[in-house]
Amino acid sequence: MARRVQPQKPLVVQRANPPVLEPTETINSVTDRITSAIYRPTPLGWYIGFAIFFSLVMVLMYSLTYLFIKGTGIWGINIPVGWGFAIINFVWWIGIGHAGTLISAILLLLYQEWRTAINRLAEAMTLFAVACAGIFPIVHTGRPWLAYWLLPYPNNMGVWPQFRSPLVWDVFAVTTYGTVSLLFWYTGLVPDLAVMRDRAKNRFVARIYGAFALGWRGSARHWKNYNIAYLILAGISTPLVVSVHSVVSLDFASALVPGWHSTIFPPYFVAGAIFAGFAMVLTITIPLRVFYKMQSIITMRHIENMAKVTLVTGLVVAYGYLTEIFMSWYSGETFERYFIQNRISGPYWWSFWALMLCNVMAPQALWFKRVRTNLAAVFLVCMFVNIGMWLERFVIVSTSLHRDFLPSSWDGYAGTIWDWSTYVGTIGLFLALLFLFLRLLPMISIFETKELVVHREESETH
Amino acid sequence: MSQEGLEVKEPQLDLAAIRERLANSKGREYWRSLDSLADTPAFREFLHREFSNNATQWLDHVSRRRFLKLMGASMGLAGLTACGISQPEKIVPYVREPEDMVQGKPLFYATATALSGYALGLLVESHEGRPTKIEGNPEHPTSQGATDIWAQASVLDLYDPDRSKVVAKRGRISTYANFLEEFRAAIGAERPRRGAGIRVLSTSTSSPTLATQMRAMRQTFPDARWYQYEPINEDSALAGAQLAFGRPVHSVYRFSEADVILSLDADFLLTMSGRVQYGREFARRRRPSPEQQGERAMNRFYMVESTPTNTGAKADHRLPLRAGEVEGFARQVAARLGVNVPQAEGGTVPEAWIEALVADLGAARGRSLIIPGYNQPPAVHALAHAMNQSLGNVGRTVLYTEPVLAEPAPQVAGLRQLTQELAAGQVHVLVILGGDPAYTAPADVPFQANISRAAFSVHLGDYGPDNSATSARTVWHVPRSHYLEAWGDTRAIDGTASIQQPLVEPLYTSRSEIEIMSAFSSRPDASSYETVRSTWRAQVAPNLDFEVYWRRAVHDGVVPNTALPPIQPALSGDLASRLGAPMPVSAGLELMFHPDPSIYDGRYANNGWLQELPKPLTKLVWDNAALVSPALAEELQLNNEDVVELRYQGRTLRAAVWIYPGMPGNSVSVWLGYGQPLLGRVSAGTGFNAYNLRTAAAPWYGGGLEIAKTGEKYTLVNTQDHHTLAGREIARHVDAEEYERNPEAVHELAHEPEQVSLYPEYAYNGHAWGMAVDMTTCIGCNACVVACQSENNIPIVGKDQVSNGREMHWIRIDTYYTGTDLDNPETIMQPMFCQHCEKAPCEYVCPVVATSHSSEGLNDMTYNRCVGTRFCSNNCPYKVRRFNWLQYHDKSIESLKLQKNPDVTVRERGVMEKCTYCTQRISAARINASKENRPIRDGEVLTACQAACPADALVFGNINEQGSHVMALKNQPRNYSVLGELNTVPRTTYLAMIRNPNPRLIGEGGSE
Repeated sequence: MARRVQPQKPLVVQRANPPVLEPTETINSVTDRITSAIYRPTPLGWYIGFAIFFSLVMVLMYSLTYLFIKGTGIWGINIPVGWGFAIINFVWWIGIGHAGTLISAILLLLYQEWRTAINRLAEAMTLFAVACAGIFPIVHTGRPWLAYWLLPYPNNMGVWPQFRSPLVWDVFAVTTYGTVSLLFWYTGLVPDLAVMRDRAKNRFVARIYGAFALGWRGSARHWKNYNIAYLILAGISTPLVVSVHSVVSLDFASALVPGWHSTIFPPYFVAGAIFAGFAMVLTITIPLRVFYKMQSIITMRHIENMAKVTLVTGLVVAYGYLTEIFMSWYSGETFERYFIQNRISGPYWWSFWALMLCNVMAPQALWFKRVRTNLAAVFLVCMFVNIGMWLERFVIVSTSLHRDFLPSSWDGYAGTIWDWSTYVGTIGLFLALLFLFLRLLPMISIFETKELVVHREESETH
Repeated sequence: MSQEGLEVKEPQLDLAAIRERLANSKGREYWRSLDSLADTPAFREFLHREFSNNATQWLDHVSRRRFLKLMGASMGLAGLTACGISQPEKIVPYVREPEDMVQGKPLFYATATALSGYALGLLVESHEGRPTKIEGNPEHPTSQGATDIWAQASVLDLYDPDRSKVVAKRGRISTYANFLEEFRAAIGAERPRRGAGIRVLSTSTSSPTLATQMRAMRQTFPDARWYQYEPINEDSALAGAQLAFGRPVHSVYRFSEADVILSLDADFLLTMSGRVQYGREFARRRRPSPEQQGERAMNRFYMVESTPTNTGAKADHRLPLRAGEVEGFARQVAARLGVNVPQAEGGTVPEAWIEALVADLGAARGRSLIIPGYNQPPAVHALAHAMNQSLGNVGRTVLYTEPVLAEPAPQVAGLRQLTQELAAGQVHVLVILGGDPAYTAPADVPFQANISRAAFSVHLGDYGPDNSATSARTVWHVPRSHYLEAWGDTRAIDGTASIQQPLVEPLYTSRSEIEIMSAFSSRPDASSYETVRSTWRAQVAPNLDFEVYWRRAVHDGVVPNTALPPIQPALSGDLASRLGAPMPVSAGLELMFHPDPSIYDGRYANNGWLQELPKPLTKLVWDNAALVSPALAEELQLNNEDVVELRYQGRTLRAAVWIYPGMPGNSVSVWLGYGQPLLGRVSAGTGFNAYNLRTAAAPWYGGGLEIAKTGEKYTLVNTQDHHTLAGREIARHVDAEEYERNPEAVHELAHEPEQVSLYPEYAYNGHAWGMAVDMTTCIGCNACVVACQSENNIPIVGKDQVSNGREMHWIRIDTYYTGTDLDNPETIMQPMFCQHCEKAPCEYVCPVVATSHSSEGLNDMTYNRCVGTRFCSNNCPYKVRRFNWLQYHDKSIESLKLQKNPDVTVRERGVMEKCTYCTQRISAARINASKENRPIRDGEVLTACQAACPADALVFGNINEQGSHVMALKNQPRNYSVLGELNTVPRTTYLAMIRNPNPRLIGEGGSE
């Protein structure tokens, strides 16, 4: 098989670190292992899981239907807290998506071989997370059937969107992000779809995979063009890693609400997004590799590397929190000082301290190799981070709003049953889509993993 | 302007009965019953009559019949719950257009409303025959163009879907003709007994026509009796006048002449009669001295009060005293002012306070004013008379006149006597005109139980037998006409009479008090129009042309030269002995009763605007509460929303506690009017009924209250949780002396950075609208809030929604407490609404340009364009934007649609809204001006809030024109921008609150 990238130096498998691919794996075994996850009979566990998550999708549908009938008033939002769960969830899901882009694009360009075992999964996750995220900005509007007015299209009203509004930037950022992520993911899938086509046991399945494989034959010419296309997409995706969450952060930073109006937001949001993304990839990978017996392909090396990224981005995020506190004190401004004091000791003190526990304290455990190599411990830390990142957005979005400038308008905020059902519903949607993905598409990039085998064999023969 | 409204025609058919019958049938039955019903001659008749004759001629015979069929069917589909407004106007153009009527242009008619007998002159806006908005009548002495919340909200009462619609006998639908027949028979039976069995119970009234009718009745039936009863009455003032002068005397106060004011628990800005006039005159003298016209100084106002009110909030020195202690205090002050009265033992008021007050009052002889509250005992009223006399205020700041109310008599005693007569079986014919005495009667007067002792009884009431405690007990119920539906007359606090002109035919088969009373006359079916005219015909001097006189009076809303002349009653010489020893101050806890600041005595309990109106200071909505001081709450370990059992004079009541800073210790205050079990869909489930504790002997306060905690909680909802300024210079205030010394003091309170912006300045060639809000004169009366709601079609949302911060009012009166004393804080009220920022933070964040800057500087909301992201609200530092979280406008109730202002969009769910500076009024003025080829004059555009404001605290105008009224205010050194440091450059600016404390008292209790 042709190689997509030419490593400058042969892969060195250090004794200290677990290998990127277990030495027992061969080209055949990789293909078998990955395709058989799809071509063997559907396991009972899959049915159970899918049933659970699909019913959560129904909860989402029910919640949204009720929302459309009654209006956003079914949620807990109010004046002054005009944004609640919907925006929190939107930012949370968008953040989770970031790991996929980072792994696919930046790690590809940096020749990080360990990305190959997890990039497909992470990209799929990105896509599903963006799908979940995309629901919220639309349904959170008072009149969702008119949400398309945010798009710049020629219309008989003679009105363009307001290009000064960060919400319009959001539309561009998120749609670009969603589109590029889809293209990237699909492009990466093409050679594997061809494998699926070739391994199909009946014509019907072969036809379907064949159609999506776009006539891939694996010729040298295909590989050449393919590699160029993939690299270009990686190049396009790279700035998106930074831009999307920067733009999302501007929804807040460009407003004048104390707690939002801060220049640190773009970098701090990007770091937070990668932090959240890796935590989520780990959360999904750890049970998955056991269930599908992929330990030899997704090795402890992957787990450790991702844990390290989580730790580093977690430290950046913690630094962001510190800076925020320092700056609001240093500004000497009444409103700025009050907001941070209120955040720490006001009615929502618990959310701040829970956030500190989840996002600052918990990841510190990852400094220790014993923790990083302990699957249960890593999983636990990642669950902390998942919750922590949600809390972070809760703290930023809602607790900043609940007490702003005029004490007369101060009020509280709490989600209603419909807030929760919509949120849980999107988690169901995310996991249901993931289950479908696992069942229908190769969860690990076959051709890239086989490249690793080839590398290893080449380096062994030398 | 049209002179006279519509003449009230006698309805020919009992339409409402048919509607009722249909409305009461449920579900699928509509079709079948309608088929049969549509064929009855009566139904065909009424359909026919709904169309003008012209309609019959215009449409050919066959198609008209077909149309009627379709019409009938569609009415069936609509459930026939609509009111009696004729529909055909929608499809048939005017053949002969009524005079002055231009479709789409409102007409204004002068009329008057009366509350507890005293008139407020109004101009009522009418759109195609629908009264939609109440304005004050500038020519009326008590209104002077302003209004109060009750006048503003009264238009909603007209369209209240729970109003009774039909005459009923023992709960069953009947007709007025049947009623009249039985009524006349019952009266006739009394004729041989000289009417000894006839009793009429009305509310307080000043109506000359009604008084004439009563006199006429007693000529025919000499032994008949007329009682009046209202729960908020003037019994104390009446008895006080008896004490002081030996006769009933009515007091009118002239705040415009008063330099030093002492209020003895008198809430003259909100609940006392004359409030609008007093508010206006008080505010006029409230501005800091440099802004006063002439050589006048800012007034100084001392308030002694038992429950915090807006009035107390405006005081320079406020002293919380238990209601029972006020008399002792008044005696102390009176003695120092040279009135010989026995003293109470051991007053609780600091000596320095009294000394300073007395010195101040003494220094302003003839320019001071002492005003007693209606809830204070007669002795306090008598003492106030004596003090005003000794200060030489009579004839200057206090005017005495003959009573304005017709035949004033002690009302509680009267009701008790009537109850006794009922119980003794002496009453055969009981006529209850208005009110709901069965609900409002004192707990120890078993009026309700005895109504049925009268063989014939009728209640003329707003609510029918299912909704009113009184109508449920009387044999007959007759729907009472709203004042916008029937002719009447009434007098203002100074005696000025007004003709009450109806704006619309009765929506239902209702009658007015005057029409019922006509039954006693030889013309039992005389219309209110004829009766009122005949009263005034008799008043007019023979040399005048009555028609001219009448048209003038109706048009102006004021009958000329009817103000009562001042009299000089002599103070009785032996006042000291008449007063006797002071009433001992009750030990233990004291319970006080007050009219509710929103729903008054309960008559407005089914008015959604008033229920949802944040009560001044507490900001509570939809409920009353047991108000306790922080000190008492601490002592008894009470918390907000704790349900307690109030045990008082052998009666108990469960109520929720609300901690109210400024309450005197050891006393609990409750608002009357809530807890009406029957009333209607709005009032259902609100509050607790404080009438259950109120006794005839102590209608206002009494000792011996016990509080027992129940351990339960009851949700009380208010619209402002935080009353602290959190160290922010938002609502600025300085003392008058400091302000005169250093006019920049207001600006030195906070850092005001220079304003810079990346965006270019807007250019305004024509108008640039702006507003100035004077926090010194604002009395927080809420009139602006209701006026805005009425003008701008603002929905109510209900208690649950308010509890989640979703009230829709475009204006709120922010109330902040300052000072160090939790039990007697200083209060600042700051009306807050869209500031129309020059650099509006809401504008740039809207993704669809739904909120944008107009060429005249308004921050416009384009409802149609709004998709509802709510970013604008998040980014609004003033949080004045309101979002339609759900479909708040009730589109299912037909009668409520009639109230809507057609010039303002009714907002759907999912869109943002906020104050528009009444942009529809600006447009109307612009159109008028351009037709006349001139610029809009200063003061031509009055926003709804400004028009309603009695205190002139809100001034709107062109800030591009230096000479405008608004600029005159904005050029005052105390003018500042709220949150100006955010660089929003608001167009609404605030004039800082100035207080005028007595230098001798600073740092010694009171408000300092």
